[in-house]
Amino acid sequence: MRLKAQGLAARRGEDLLFSNISFDLGAGDALVLTGRNGSGKSTLLRAVAGLLHLDAGRVTWSGSGEAGRPGEACHYLGHRNAMKAELTVAENLSFWKTFFRDSAGGAGASVAEAADMVGLGGIAHLPFGYLSAGQQRRMAFAKLLVAYRPIWILDEPTAALDIRAEQTFTDLIKRHLRSGGLLLAATHQPLGLDNAQELQMTGFSDLPESLL
Amino acid sequence: MMALLLRDLKLSVRAGGGALIGVLFFMTVVAVIPFGVGPDLNLLSRIGPAIVWIGALLSALLGLDRLFQTEREDGSLDLILMQEHPLVLTVLVKCLAHWLANCLPLVIASPLLGLFMNMSEVAIGAVALTLLVGSPALTFIGAVGAAVAVALPRGGLLVSILVLPLAVPVLIFGVSASYAAVEDPAPFMPPFLILSAITLFFAVIGPLGAALALRNAGD
Repeated sequence: MRLKAQGLAARRGEDLLFSNISFDLGAGDALVLTGRNGSGKSTLLRAVAGLLHLDAGRVTWSGSGEAGRPGEACHYLGHRNAMKAELTVAENLSFWKTFFRDSAGGAGASVAEAADMVGLGGIAHLPFGYLSAGQQRRMAFAKLLVAYRPIWILDEPTAALDIRAEQTFTDLIKRHLRSGGLLLAATHQPLGLDNAQELQMTGFSDLPESLL
Repeated sequence: MMALLLRDLKLSVRAGGGALIGVLFFMTVVAVIPFGVGPDLNLLSRIGPAIVWIGALLSALLGLDRLFQTEREDGSLDLILMQEHPLVLTVLVKCLAHWLANCLPLVIASPLLGLFMNMSEVAIGAVALTLLVGSPALTFIGAVGAAVAVALPRGGLLVSILVLPLAVPVLIFGVSASYAAVEDPAPFMPPFLILSAITLFFAVIGPLGAALALRNAGD
């Protein structure tokens, strides 16, 4: 399993937000993006997931299944939780479980197990809209567990979380990496991973850093 | 795909889904006409099929802008775009769910409103049948508009304006088939078959166009 990016560049409006970013991740590798607000972390993650057009460069993925778009092998947890406030947590999760279906090479947890793993096993029957911001974030994370994907792309996963939940997330991420998964994450808080590569994003690449 | 259909149906029935809003609007529009036109029963029964069709057309456009916008607002659209399933199929299923939740109730309500307009049994049946066949086309055309306007915060009216010109052929053949069922010299089948053809045509073109627009909406 290998996720390769070569010479990525993307624009926001007229300006080049980043250029010539390359990385190469194998099974169990993690890449953590750091940098100030607006430095292009989210843009890079969305580009890798195939949600944004790249200005230059390419992302390639070779997995255990047949080759497809890299996005198909990814779980993407963005700023928004992608859960419906009107439906119960269990309905949300079981919908995503059947809609995602497992990628080749693994199997997802059941809905009840996933809710247990993020520490909210008892409240899966509540409408998603009733939960607090932190609980919603944890349930959105449970979405990553119900179907197997080798690559996890997490954008600020620990926003709105208390310390214990952060620890739960870190444990789940470590477990994913140990089982041969890949991780790309943008974060301000350190995730506490041991062997993560770090990529420092500086933002608009044609401006000197001091101007930002 | 079945899961998506069920989820969308559930969402449209639950609070804020707005499946009933369309029917209520339809009833309001048609119920107001007799007050405006006056109690001339012959006139009402003559313009009845056209009024019911126009009411249904406007009500069908009412909830269309939310088709993809709600998905985009909570981030679900990103995940839907990333999946292996062909996007065209996903859009088609969402259109079906939208039709079942928003347009089918209009078809079911139309006989009652036909009574308001003093229409004969044959005319009521013809309007219901043409609505049943023609309204999917409205959803499929509307899906393209909804996909184009998905990133606009107040896209609602824009979608209706974009979609309305394309929906005019559906209206023309729907109404002419309904009239043909009542008025003797005109044959019923030709306009009805053209209406069916329009629906089938847009069932193919609509999801394709909407999928293309969604793919390129990237932000």
